[in-house]
Amino acid sequence: MSTENEWPLWEVFVRTKAGLDHKHCGSLHAADARMAVQMARDVYTRRQEGSSVWVVRSDQIVASDPGDKDMLFDPAEDKVYRHPTFYKLPDSVDQM
Amino acid sequence: MQASIQIPATPELDYLLRLGDTCLISGQRLGEWCGHGPILEEDIALSNMALDLIGQSRALLTLAGQKSGKGFDEDQLAFLRDEGAYRNPTLAELPRGDFAFTILRNLVLSTWLKLIWERLRDSRDAELAAIAGKALKEARYHQQHAADWAVRLGDGTEESRRRCEAALAQIAPYLPELFEDDTVDAAAEASGLGPAWSSLREPWLAEMGEVLGEAGLALPESTKFRSTGKVGRHSEHMGYLLAEMQYLQRAYPGGAW
Amino acid sequence: MYTQAMDTMREEGGQPALRTAEEAALQQRFDNRIDAGDFIEAKDWMPDNYRKTLLRQISQHAHSEIVGMLPEGNWITRAPTLKRKAILLAKVQDEGGHGLYLYAAAETLGQSRDQMLDSLHSGKAKYSSIFNYPTLTWADVGTIGWLVDGAAIMNQVPICRCSYAPYARAMIRICREESFHQRQGYDSLLAMMQNGTEAQKAMVQDAVNRWWWPCLMMFGPPDDQSPNSAQGMRWGIKRVSNDTLRQKFVDATVQQAQVLGVSLPDPDLRWNEATQHWDFGTIDWSEFWRVVGGEGPCNRERLAMRVAAWEEGEWVREAALAHSRKQARKEKAA
Ligand SMILES: [Fe+2]
Ligand SMILES: [Fe+2]
Repeated sequence: MSTENEWPLWEVFVRTKAGLDHKHCGSLHAADARMAVQMARDVYTRRQEGSSVWVVRSDQIVASDPGDKDMLFDPAEDKVYRHPTFYKLPDSVDQM
Repeated sequence: MQASIQIPATPELDYLLRLGDTCLISGQRLGEWCGHGPILEEDIALSNMALDLIGQSRALLTLAGQKSGKGFDEDQLAFLRDEGAYRNPTLAELPRGDFAFTILRNLVLSTWLKLIWERLRDSRDAELAAIAGKALKEARYHQQHAADWAVRLGDGTEESRRRCEAALAQIAPYLPELFEDDTVDAAAEASGLGPAWSSLREPWLAEMGEVLGEAGLALPESTKFRSTGKVGRHSEHMGYLLAEMQYLQRAYPGGAW
Repeated sequence: MYTQAMDTMREEGGQPALRTAEEAALQQRFDNRIDAGDFIEAKDWMPDNYRKTLLRQISQHAHSEIVGMLPEGNWITRAPTLKRKAILLAKVQDEGGHGLYLYAAAETLGQSRDQMLDSLHSGKAKYSSIFNYPTLTWADVGTIGWLVDGAAIMNQVPICRCSYAPYARAMIRICREESFHQRQGYDSLLAMMQNGTEAQKAMVQDAVNRWWWPCLMMFGPPDDQSPNSAQGMRWGIKRVSNDTLRQKFVDATVQQAQVLGVSLPDPDLRWNEATQHWDFGTIDWSEFWRVVGGEGPCNRERLAMRVAAWEEGEWVREAALAHSRKQARKEKAA
């Protein structure tokens, strides 16, 4: 069966309240961008979950390859000196 | 069977019921789509609008009940009136039809309701003004939803365009009822309760013209036909709608729900 | 449960013969991740039968949600108060949302929603047998909320930790929304039982009588007749066995029925001091198989209604797409 007449898929990102990041919360089908925004509102914010939504066509998302996971993300593993807890300071100044 | 309640006929009550019943009956019709929409996303959107309308009708019927002087609550008003005591314009009760009919009726009514709510924010009745403030946001969304769809369907395929034209032809005869005044309007305007419906015509035509223009559609010429739902003489469809809606309240007198 | 048909089909292929050393390594890595309780994401390598099994389970689950809109939806226009009408509309709408989340999760496995719907509409795909029973009175609506949603929640909470992450995420969202479904159903029945008329109380009892046994069947065939369990347990798409869940449901429901003031239609229902569980009577599995096989009270009507909505909506979907293509062409030209 052909899917060429299926409405495209969109990824939905919702900001739950002012000041927070938009967070991915799911996807939906919509024929155009306006409809996607409107449907994101209807589908994903029925319980006051949102104050703003972003939608982006799923086929426009560029993702890292899971096969590259080791190469991309493991090198950060031994950079412990990037974390504040790496540094032991005297108690009197430790709130720094 | 549970007997009907009798409503005192005052212009103020009539004005509120015309509005409240429009929301109630539109919500009832929109609710029929739940589970039957053209696509899941739209099914959910239509239900949201039905929920808004039911919420608005609850607020308005509660207010009308308080003003009835008989202590009626929203459910007595929604479920226990005789057909002739419902005051919605006939357009609201017409069967849901196809998706084009639903969208274009929504466009007509949400634009109309939005204009009323805008004006009612200044009602001398503080409670009505508060209801209007909340309902206005909802009506704006309903209008936008219907307008977007009207453009898609008007400028979509041959078939969608044909269905839109058929829907508008079916709707057009019921439009004058939305914009012609009677004593109820005169009293509401005089008392500062709300606008006379005739004052909505110009802005309504302007907003509708914009949307229909973009959709490549037009309102058909007006006819001599006049619908009379707002004075309680309804179409044949209303009896069936009410029989269904009222069934449980009528069949289980004294029931608790 | 909503995916009970999984229990009624043969296992998906078993372990296929591995062709290359590379595949063997991938399979090993996948198994290790599963055993370590890791999540699998859409783009991760996964064995074929994992993909197929999940696709089938998630799509069946989605089908159950949207077919499940129909029996309760049957009462939206007749709800007895405006409050109940709003609650019911919101509840049935939620089920549509659940279907949507689940279709989206299944789509990450490489099948489009239209393809899945096609399987449903052609009768190839299954959905939960419970939705093939009719809603004859208003009390059926409350009873579905109490018992059917109650049973569903019991089954769905463990799947929130399933190994396939998109499914797990959808289930978390669903479970969050489900909690109101059971409560509103019970609340509706309670209103009738506590303050209602004799006729209403009789209506509630009648509904419970009709739904009780089909609800017990929702958990699927007994463990010794359920072929998929071992694999499903390992993959975390099934975490508790049918019989265990069924017992848990009975144990939880007996007290709720007492508070409500209804009896459960099972003369063999009695507390077992030794097992600390409620013993219950024998389920009529021939009825279950008949309904799963397409001969329940409403199978044909439910499917016909879904097909009708889909076909009547075709021109709408086409028009929206045609419009957006026109717009795109205009933008390009400009
Ligand atoms: Fe659900
Ligand atoms: Fe539910």
